[in-house]
Amino acid sequence: MSQFAQYLVSGLSTGSIYALVALGLALVYRSTRVLNFAHGDVATAGTFFAFILLGLKLPFVLSFALALVFGAGLAMAFYFAVLIPAQRREATQLSQIILTLGLGLILQGLVSYFGGTEPQAFPFPLSDTKVYTFGGVIISQLSLGTIGIGLLTSVLLYLLVQKTRIGLAMRGTSENLPAAQTLGIPTRQILALSWGLASLLGVLAGLFLAPALLLDPFFMMEPFLKGFAAAILGGLNSLPGAIVGGLIIGVSESLAGGYISMAFKNTLAFLIIIVVLLVRPEGLLGKEFKERV
Amino acid sequence: MDLIESYKEELQLIRKPWTRIYVAAFVIFLLLLPWVAPEHITYIITIIFIYTIGVQGQNLLIGYTGQISFGQAGFLAIGAFTFGHLSQLGVPWPIGILVAGLMAGLFGILVGFPSLRLKGPYLAIATMGFGIAVYQVFVNSELLSGGRMGLIISKLSPPFGLEDVTFNYYFNFLIALIFTLLSYNIVSSYMGRAFIAIRDNDIAAEVIGVNLTRYKLLSFAISSFYTGVQGALYGLYLGYLEPNMFTFMEAITLFVAVIIGGLASVEGSIMGAAFVILVPQIFSDYREMVPVVFGTAILLILIFEPMGLNGRWFKMRLYFRNWPFR
Repeated sequence: MSQFAQYLVSGLSTGSIYALVALGLALVYRSTRVLNFAHGDVATAGTFFAFILLGLKLPFVLSFALALVFGAGLAMAFYFAVLIPAQRREATQLSQIILTLGLGLILQGLVSYFGGTEPQAFPFPLSDTKVYTFGGVIISQLSLGTIGIGLLTSVLLYLLVQKTRIGLAMRGTSENLPAAQTLGIPTRQILALSWGLASLLGVLAGLFLAPALLLDPFFMMEPFLKGFAAAILGGLNSLPGAIVGGLIIGVSESLAGGYISMAFKNTLAFLIIIVVLLVRPEGLLGKEFKERV
Repeated sequence: MDLIESYKEELQLIRKPWTRIYVAAFVIFLLLLPWVAPEHITYIITIIFIYTIGVQGQNLLIGYTGQISFGQAGFLAIGAFTFGHLSQLGVPWPIGILVAGLMAGLFGILVGFPSLRLKGPYLAIATMGFGIAVYQVFVNSELLSGGRMGLIISKLSPPFGLEDVTFNYYFNFLIALIFTLLSYNIVSSYMGRAFIAIRDNDIAAEVIGVNLTRYKLLSFAISSFYTGVQGALYGLYLGYLEPNMFTFMEAITLFVAVIIGGLASVEGSIMGAAFVILVPQIFSDYREMVPVVFGTAILLILIFEPMGLNGRWFKMRLYFRNWPFR
């Protein structure tokens, strides 16, 4: 039983990371209908930025805050410099997705060029080896922090989206763009904000994941794909769905790794994607979509 | 994009006499090349021929049918390893290549089933999941991947005392040529027009009588057949196979080739294949910069020239044809 609880806790910890990634993807998808294939690479770039700042002996809080701002700025710059010109030339939804793929490739190459492909240890204020024991369940300081930051971010995002005027504008923009424009909502700024916010969440996930793994240019690849799976599972246009999906994938992966086999652990997320898409394409909490000619 | 006045003209492979001349010149140039070019250039162009096949298949799927797929690395791996195991069992290479293509095509139909319900981004993710799942199956199963050392494939022995590189060049050139003609035929047949109708609007296509289920699955099957053949030829050319040759990055490379070459054009596929092979060769001292070049090319092409390199080439021809008028 305590072993089960142990798997559950470690699953919740990785699940929080997936949830953060999935939140970023869902936030962009519901507002612009673009799947952000650059999400993982923006997160990697942000984390490397923090790593460089830490190397310059800046304090943790400052360098992490700057990294978050850097990630958000990168995404906003991409939105204004690439997506808007593309939309002016009537780019389809598909080509906008391909544009994010292009951004991802560029960032991936630049990070490998400037950051080096060698895995490096990422310094972090919370320790991976210092552990606490709660009734037989061992949890490291880092996992506790990860679960905490996941919860905190979810609550803050909920408050932002549901309780503030900016959140109202974001919801309005994602619901119906022309109507929102007619009502005088500055939709372009709101969409840029969504992109920035989404990337900020991605960088946050990267910052909390990097100390658990080693930092290399591809370390966000797998969490990004799992985050994708989570966002699909929860429904791509639902924010609560992203959190639920992330936690489900984290926990089921940890259980599968513990009870079935470690090799199966990585394939599970993709099986989940395919099954969900076949059975219920709109996801657990998403709304069903209809289509007209 | 040309003005076509009769159905007979539509079926013609080459419509303008001048086109006939430069296509013939190009083919003759390619035929003579291995006798004059240095060996490593022949080697690179052979790889371009092999990639041309897969890129054309991908273009039939993405460009003509409008079904996005990020799972091509999976089909490549399936084709390559099917061929590898068959050749280890002593099956002759023509049957091996055919079965490799058919096996990939079979999996293509399986992956095509989600495409009956899913669209755009959702399909992209489902196919991406397939590609990565295949990769991980091969990585985790030593039985399938041939163990740590990879799968060794015995190369073909060149007849008529030809050199190894020269023989492989002509061998792959011939197969690439056959597949190119096949693509032109598919595109100008009923099937190709059904694909285009599905791309433009699948519900409307169904209303005018295109069997959606059949043609979507057919598109996946044909595309993965091409990709499987590419995998088999690649394995045959290199002489060994390992799962790490078929990562997600490989699927992205094929995808980038289609986008850069130009959606819905066979010539574009060839140009795209040349692009994705030549760029890493040119930037071989700065390997990390290759994705940057790919990414920048995607951004520039999609914003400024959505028809890709082929569109640019077409505009150039149009300019000279209409000169001095604009």
